[in-house]
Amino acid sequence: MSARLRSVRLRSALVGPFDIEVAAGECIAITGASGSGKSLFLRLLADLDPGEGEVFLDDVERSTMPAPAWRRQVAYVAAESGWWFDTVAAHFPDLPAARALAPALDLKPELFDGLVLRLSTGEKQRLALIRSLLPGPKALLLDEPTGALDEASQAAVETLLRQHLARGCAIVLVTHQPAQAARLGQRRFVMQAGKLMPA
Amino acid sequence: MKPTIILEAHDLAIAAILIGLDGLISLGFGLGLHRQLAIAAARMVVQLLLIGLILTKVFALASPPVTLLVVLVMVAIGGREVAVRPEQRLIRFGNYAVGMAAVAFATGITSVLALTTALRPDPWYEARYAIPLAGIVLGNVLNAASLALDSLLGGVVRERASIEAQLCLGATARQAMGGLVRSAMRRGLLPVVNSMSASGVVTLPGIMTGQILAGIDPMEAVKYQILLMFLLSGGAGMSAVAVVFLAARRLTDGRHRLRLDRLKSK
Repeated sequence: MSARLRSVRLRSALVGPFDIEVAAGECIAITGASGSGKSLFLRLLADLDPGEGEVFLDDVERSTMPAPAWRRQVAYVAAESGWWFDTVAAHFPDLPAARALAPALDLKPELFDGLVLRLSTGEKQRLALIRSLLPGPKALLLDEPTGALDEASQAAVETLLRQHLARGCAIVLVTHQPAQAARLGQRRFVMQAGKLMPA
Repeated sequence: MKPTIILEAHDLAIAAILIGLDGLISLGFGLGLHRQLAIAAARMVVQLLLIGLILTKVFALASPPVTLLVVLVMVAIGGREVAVRPEQRLIRFGNYAVGMAAVAFATGITSVLALTTALRPDPWYEARYAIPLAGIVLGNVLNAASLALDSLLGGVVRERASIEAQLCLGATARQAMGGLVRSAMRRGLLPVVNSMSASGVVTLPGIMTGQILAGIDPMEAVKYQILLMFLLSGGAGMSAVAVVFLAARRLTDGRHRLRLDRLKSK
């Protein structure tokens, strides 16, 4: 569950190049205007968009492993959560573990027995986070993980993320809240026109 | 076959009065359709006469290259129909490539199978059989392919978030696209299922009606129709599967990404 994430000359036609290293157990926080390329950077790290350059997890090159294997270890959680079954439960291969984790994020375990249609945006966001955390990724790429949450739920999410950091997970956090960046980010960056600048 | 009733020009002229009636309805109720009606009716007559002339010539020629050329032109027109129907387009003329390949594949296999096994004219590629058969197969094949392609391309845009969420959890592109691929194939096949279950009860199929009117024994016409229905369902299935697979391949890549950058709106 612990690893160092490093990108070398990583770029696409729209953003980069990015040379950045996130140590095991470190969180870097990225802020920046809408459209500056924050999400594109996360998508590049997750290999969701085509680009050039290389990304390493510890010392293993991304290109040496199939993309699904990479994404299981470097989990990207998009700002907009995606759902493909009708019921909430069907999205969770390990349902008991998901139910057990729910209270930590201020979620009622009964939510799993309902339909995705009935979930609020904030509930979906937290459930999507649980879904990505359960398989135990070594690095997390989080795009506005608390964008739709009230303060209490936001604090619950941050607590959970700190636990993952303590276990050595590397986190790249995109947030529009400078306060959150200050709370969680050991180092802070600003995305400007597709380039990362130290904040 | 010997037609029992030969239609004369004045017989058609009498039937044309009914189109005039449609025009009067449009005028009377202010539907604003009379111009379109007139144009459509004129187009229909001209196109059919033209195809009649061409078919007469091609049948008389009985030349395999000419027959093949006619079939290829028909396939190209069918493939184009499949390509232009969806709201979204695959870049670099992807819709055309995918549509034509699927239509050619399904029409080719189905027609050749019917000609060499069930119908067996001598030679099997005789224009008089090959062209009309390819035509009717093509009509169904392009319908199935265009519904399936439209469903896939529309769905992939609508369900981007859910497909990418699956990819992010470590699904392969094939797994992440699976639900969409299946529903697009279903969409392509439904009309065939519907028309099979309705035939003879709700509708008398056009071909069969035509044959009966032309003096063929109803049982013979029915056997022909059953054969055709099997051919059409097979063709529809093949084209729906082909078009969906080909398009899904272009929408993903070797690194299991969803490549919506290869899609643009009309």
